[in-house]
Parts: sequence; C-alpha cells; structure tokens
Amino acid sequence: MALRETLADPHSYWMEGGGAEEDVVVSSRIRIARNLATYPFPHRLSREQAGEVIHAVRLAVERPESVKKVGRFEVSLLAELTPVERRILVEKHLVSPDFLKGDPQEKAVVLRSDEMVGIMVNEEDHLRVQCLKPGLALEECWRLASRVDDELEATLEYAFNEEFGYLSACPTNVGTGMRASVMMHLPGLVATRVLEDVVSGLSKLGLAVRGLYGEGTRAAGDLFQISNQITLGRSEDEIISNLTALARRLVTQERESRQGLYQKQRGALEDRIFRSYGVLQYARVINSEEAMRCLSDLRLGLALKVIQIIPLGLVSELMVLIQPAFLTKMAGKELKPFERDMLRARLIRERLQSGKNGKYGSKK
Amino acid sequence: MVCERCNKRPATVHYTEITNSKKQEIHLCEECAREAGITGFGVMPQFVLHNLLGGLYEEQKAPVEPAYGRCLNCGLTEQEFAGRGLFGCADCYTSLRPAVDQILRRVHGTTQHIGKLPQRCGKLAGKKQELKRLRRELEAVVRKEEFEKAAEIRDRIRDLEKGLEGGK
Repeated sequence: MALRETLADPHSYWMEGGGAEEDVVVSSRIRIARNLATYPFPHRLSREQAGEVIHAVRLAVERPESVKKVGRFEVSLLAELTPVERRILVEKHLVSPDFLKGDPQEKAVVLRSDEMVGIMVNEEDHLRVQCLKPGLALEECWRLASRVDDELEATLEYAFNEEFGYLSACPTNVGTGMRASVMMHLPGLVATRVLEDVVSGLSKLGLAVRGLYGEGTRAAGDLFQISNQITLGRSEDEIISNLTALARRLVTQERESRQGLYQKQRGALEDRIFRSYGVLQYARVINSEEAMRCLSDLRLGLALKVIQIIPLGLVSELMVLIQPAFLTKMAGKELKPFERDMLRARLIRERLQSGKNGKYGSKK
Repeated sequence: MVCERCNKRPATVHYTEITNSKKQEIHLCEECAREAGITGFGVMPQFVLHNLLGGLYEEQKAPVEPAYGRCLNCGLTEQEFAGRGLFGCADCYTSLRPAVDQILRRVHGTTQHIGKLPQRCGKLAGKKQELKRLRRELEAVVRKEEFEKAAEIRDRIRDLEKGLEGGK
C-alpha cells in the first residue's frame, strides 16, 4: 500500500484485535535509535548533509537482499506530505510529534506497507526504527526491529562504542538505544483507584508511565503507556522480559479490578457502558474528550462481554479516527471546532453501524 | 488555572509525567500544548526532558581540564550541552569524557553497554561483552553467597580471558 493510501486509511495493523492479552494491552512497540558514525547528530546537520543521510538510508532499504529479508519500504520526504498528512502519521503513532518540527526537507519517513515497521530519518537521531504490533508482543517486535537493523547495518556504518554501545544525540537513549513500550487500557485500575500505587511502584523499577490527561483526573480513554527508562547496562532481552513480566502482572490486576467492579457494582457498570454506547451511537455533536471517555467504556464493555456488538479493534481504530487531523483529512478542509465535533459524532455513528453489520476489518 | 507557558490563556491540557518516583504536572493551554508537541496520548514533551538533562549536568559539574571542555570533532562545548541536553556528534562521547561519565551514571546508573553489537564489530567484541556480562553475573551470585555457581562462572571467565589473549 502506498503511503498516500496509508494516510487515507484509518486502519493500521496494530489496531487489529487478536494480539495476546488484547482485552487489556492495545499495542506493543519497540523503537531503536541509531546514528551514522560520520555525520553530526541531526540537530547539527546542514540541509545537504541531511539529504545525504536520507539518501544513504534509501539505498540501504532498497537493496534487493534487504527487500527479500524484511520487505519493501517506501521512503517519503516529509516535505512531500501535506501538513494534515503529517499530523495523521502522528495520530496513527507512526511518527513522533517532534518529528514534525524543523525543516521538512531534512526529514524522511520510511514505512513498510503494513505499517508494522517504520523508520524516522533525522528525528533526534539519524534513524529511529519502530515496530508496532497489536497486543502484548514486545519480543516479536524486537526480533523484527532487530532484523531491519541488521539489514540497515549491512551498508550503513553506525556510531557505536564498545563501552557505551549505540551512541545517541540524547544521553537517555545511549546503550541499546531501545525503548520498549506497551499501551494498556486500564479503566479497572483507574476506577478502583489502584493506579496511583501501581504508577509509583512501576516508576521505582525504572519504568515510565504516561497518559495524557484531559480535564479532571482521568487519562484520555484510560490509556497508559508503560516504557523502560534505562537503556544502558541492560540487554535488550532483559529489558523486554522485565517489561513483559510487569505488563502481565498489570493485566492480571486490571482483570481482577474489572471483575471486582462487575461483581460489586454490576448495575452501575452496565449502566455506564450502555450509556456511553448510547452516546456514541446517537450523539450529533461530541468533543474528543467525551468521545475518548465513551470509547473507553465501550472497550471495557466489549472486554467484559457485557456487550458483544463490534470487534475490539474497531474501538482502537475509532480512538485514532476521532483525532483532529484525521477528521480534517476526511473533510478535505480545515474545520472549526464545532464542525469537527459534528463530523466526529457522525463518523462514530457510521463506523459503529458498519461494525455491527460485520463490515469491519483490514483492507490489506 | 492559567497556562504555565504563555500565562494568558486558560490551561486545558493537564499532563502528568512520573519518572523514577518523581511526579511532574504540566498545565498548558491548547495552543501551547500543540507547540510543545503534546497533541496525542503518550507523548513526552522533549523540551522538558532536555531542560532537565542540562540541569542534571550543571548540578554535577566538577572542575575539568579545559582540553576536555570542547568536542574535538564538532566543537560542541560543555556549556552548549548543558543548555540543550544533546550531544553534537558521536565523538562528543569521547571528547567530553568526564562529563559523559557523570551524566550516564546519573541517568542509567552505569556506563557499560550490555546488549546487541553491530555485526561489523566482529567476534572479538562479542567475547569482550560476554566477559562483561559474566563479571556482572559473578558479582551477583557472590552477593547471594552462591559459591558453587560463582566458581563455575569464574572458570568460564578464565577460559574466555585466555581465548581473548590467544586471539589477539
């Protein structure tokens, strides 16, 4: 699938259901930072040098052996994409928001057609290879990212030092250069107020927990991202197995919280889930905060099988679809906030309807 | 609540980041949040991180030889690093050595890489790394007083060391 089609399609492979522990773990991601030995780090590159880095990466991914081993990648200069298309890459979690800053002529995005592997060229480091999969799948993500890394390394000379490992512009990434993260849906731990303790416990173990807070105290959609902070002095396997074990423990705790809630407050919980489902089905105007809250309730309802109308993956997809850039792209023009809220409500209604009719799934 | 960045518009984006038990709350208006790159879930504002890193360095700054104060390759100075929190090139890691050691210890607790090696580093680097790993393992089992295991690891270390000497 060409990049333009990728950007037009709200669906990403990582949103599909079926991954391990999918009732709680939305997606897993491995990102590795690599730099070329002979160029200054990206924030000190001239435009010409930036172009050379992009060219070198292009040659590396287009090698026939590389294509055979890890698949075909499409290289696009950020400057070739419209501002809305660039923001969609962010909303689909394929590039970071920081990637959009600075001169778009100096940056390129390299994407495999299934969107499972991508490379940001000239973000904070020359290369940021990212692998994204649904459910809890850090090991598989690492194997894939590492294979892509090997293919790149066949022609690119990395900045590497035996003592410090892979060198990075930012000292927080040096060593393995690897950041592993899992995105978890934790409405049970939020509702039972266990999350605060969990968060402080995890942070003591060198892990970071992030959620974007809307008004009040709930994270948008009750989604939290847990990732390793330390990249030096531990092997990739060690980091991944620690994070996987902790994620599993959290999955168990989350399930227990959900079941506890369901048993103790069945009526109230069912009411909340069906009310949110009602809002999503019938609202004519909805802002992104309310939509995320309702989608979180719906996801919980589906996971608990209180409601069995649509696949879980559709909820993940809607959480991306209702973000501003996607709506702008669909409308084909800039929208005022109220217009956006109307379009958001319409899209949710339509997608839920087609989900109910069984017309949901990957186009690939 | 007013936005912390512009001090004008009302803060509507409330961001909490918890790292190593330290909680930091950031309150921004929508516009400043967008500028800071906080447009979606799970995004850490880089400007905050880099400011913190610079601070970490200044806090730790010890008197250093002037020759170490500048990267011999790209010319980045320690002051520039303290201001931005980013190195300029791969050589900064060796040119700004005392500062690099300090920072890596503060951030990661160590300066020794354990993990994947580029294939072009060859077998020798792999063996050296295995040696590092075994030495760490040895320390750990000695701490746990598992002496039989320790003896086993010590023998493996000796074999590897011999192999490395022979391979030179």
